[in-house]
Amino acid sequence: MQGLIQQVLNALQVGSVYALIALGYTMVYGIIRLINFAHGDIFMVSTYVAFFVGTALVSHLLHLPGVVVLVLTMLAAMFATALLAVLIERFAYKPLRQAPRVSAVITALGVGLFLENFTLATIGPDPRFLPKFFPVQTFTVGGIAFSNIQIVIIAVSAVVMLILDTIVRRTMVGMAMRAVSWDKFTAPLMGVPVDRIISITFAIGAAIAAVGGCLYGMVYTVDPYMGIRIGWWAFISAVVGGIGNIRGAMLGGYILGFVEIFTPVVLASTYRDFVAFSLLLILLIFRPYGILGRPVAQKV
Amino acid sequence: MTQLLSSIRNGLSRALAPLHAAYASLPAPVRRWTMPALLLLFFVIALLSPSFLNLYWQQVLIYVGINIILTASLNLVNGYMGEFSVGHAGFMAVGAYVASIMTVWVFPRWGLGEYIPYLFPIALIIGGLAAGLTGLIIAVPSFRTRGDYLAIVTLAWNMIVKSVLENVDAIGGPRGFMGMQKLTSVAWVYVWVVITIFLLRNLVYSNFGRGTLSIREDEIASSLVSVDTRKVKITVFVVASFFAGIAGGLFAHIIQFINPRSFSILKSTETLVMVYLGGIGSLGGSILGATIYTVLLELLRPLQVWRWVVGPLLLVLLMIFRPRGIMGMREWRFLVPPEERPEMIDALKERVRQKRKMVAAPSAVGGSSD
Repeated sequence: MQGLIQQVLNALQVGSVYALIALGYTMVYGIIRLINFAHGDIFMVSTYVAFFVGTALVSHLLHLPGVVVLVLTMLAAMFATALLAVLIERFAYKPLRQAPRVSAVITALGVGLFLENFTLATIGPDPRFLPKFFPVQTFTVGGIAFSNIQIVIIAVSAVVMLILDTIVRRTMVGMAMRAVSWDKFTAPLMGVPVDRIISITFAIGAAIAAVGGCLYGMVYTVDPYMGIRIGWWAFISAVVGGIGNIRGAMLGGYILGFVEIFTPVVLASTYRDFVAFSLLLILLIFRPYGILGRPVAQKV
Repeated sequence: MTQLLSSIRNGLSRALAPLHAAYASLPAPVRRWTMPALLLLFFVIALLSPSFLNLYWQQVLIYVGINIILTASLNLVNGYMGEFSVGHAGFMAVGAYVASIMTVWVFPRWGLGEYIPYLFPIALIIGGLAAGLTGLIIAVPSFRTRGDYLAIVTLAWNMIVKSVLENVDAIGGPRGFMGMQKLTSVAWVYVWVVITIFLLRNLVYSNFGRGTLSIREDEIASSLVSVDTRKVKITVFVVASFFAGIAGGLFAHIIQFINPRSFSILKSTETLVMVYLGGIGSLGGSILGATIYTVLLELLRPLQVWRWVVGPLLLVLLMIFRPRGIMGMREWRFLVPPEERPEMIDALKERVRQKRKMVAAPSAVGGSSD
């Protein structure tokens, strides 16, 4: 029982990161029906920003408490990554808005490869570690061990997701997003600035991925190809939850977290990809639009 | 960039105009046998190529051929049928492993060890059939809805194949599978390229192929004119997987060592790039796209790591400035059956117009306008 709770905690930690990245996939898909395959690599870039900013801050601003440094690092990574995503959208995806949708998907694959290999060529393949923002403390309650980092990851992710959910459901920007997602031809007639809303969506998606990147970097190493695996897993999360559906992406992220942690319990850990993608295939056969997605009727 | 391409094209067609005129003035039987004679000539050249090409360029030529097979078959699904499959490397992997198992384990065990070079085509076809079978298993549930569904399913399929290959220890697991003889030669690849292009051309211009094109243009409309869209989609997908399997078998027997990483999603992406570089809905485009991409990557080799930075960047620029690729929806003349060529169609239209006139003329006297 204690072991189980321990594993659930680990699954929540991993799932939080997947959920944060899956949100970016699902928001962009929801609004312009583009599978943004570059998103995993945007996440990778965000961890590098966090690495450089965090290292600089820790070595120059020693007197600040660790939490403040973490928040500053996170804000810097969010800003830089959002800017990157907006630039990518502006220069790579926007010219293709009228082109066949496949062109944009291919472009996204190209942008992803470009980001990976540009990072590899300029920064190098060595894995890096984010600086320690605060000392790791491990608590044991009733035989279950957990660290303060684990709590930070789970809590920060939950808060960010709540904020996003509120933005989408309660603010004017969120309403505009839903309008564009619903009908991108009618939305501009109602005075919704479609281009700006699309840019904002990309920026928010990337900023959330940057939060995920900082949290991920606190536990794991950073390397140029990390975005591939995490990106694919987050993408499956989004599809499992129902791509285009924000709460579905969060749910899918946690499901994939559980898959990742509980696969080694039953099979070997090398079967993780197999289990995750088989789950996706089986789910798609029975629910082609994901768990929370709704089928879209095709009009003739 | 568009101007550059079209000026290159105009220049080429102007340079080739005398040749074309000379060809047109030949008597019909000579013209009938020109293409087979040329194919035979190239086959002889391919057969003799080891004597005048060094190993490196032979290998580049073989890669070009394998990529042409991959690209043309994926173009059938993505270009002619308008679906979006992204897991072609998965089928290639099945073909590669099955064909290798045939030549390394099965044939020697049956006491056919010394005949392996002659049994190579059979091994390839068995590999292709295995890939086609997995294609069938994927296709049956995947074509329930349109759009991104097939993309996601084929993507998952690619990942699953790679993961399974990594976990089955009997065929080497992550270490890979080796022991194949170097059976793939320029001549073999050439033969398979010709077979592939010939069969795909006949498929595309058959009645069945028209059904495929109609699905791309409008699936609902094509089902209304009694195209069995489900059957067409599944068949086309299986045919494409078969050829991907053939390409995989050829690939395994030139590189002589395959591991699951060779068939990752990166390989599928490369194939997609070649399809869209060459242009969708064009076999000539697939030949050009595969050739240009393969040779370009070889030429960029001195850039080392930066090669993979320049490559994707070129892809993005291509998509933005020329989203239809080099030959998008156009075809080389010799790949179009004579009765489908533009001048034939124009002549047909002209004849219909003449007939209409002849019918219309007396009716005008009769007073009826219709």
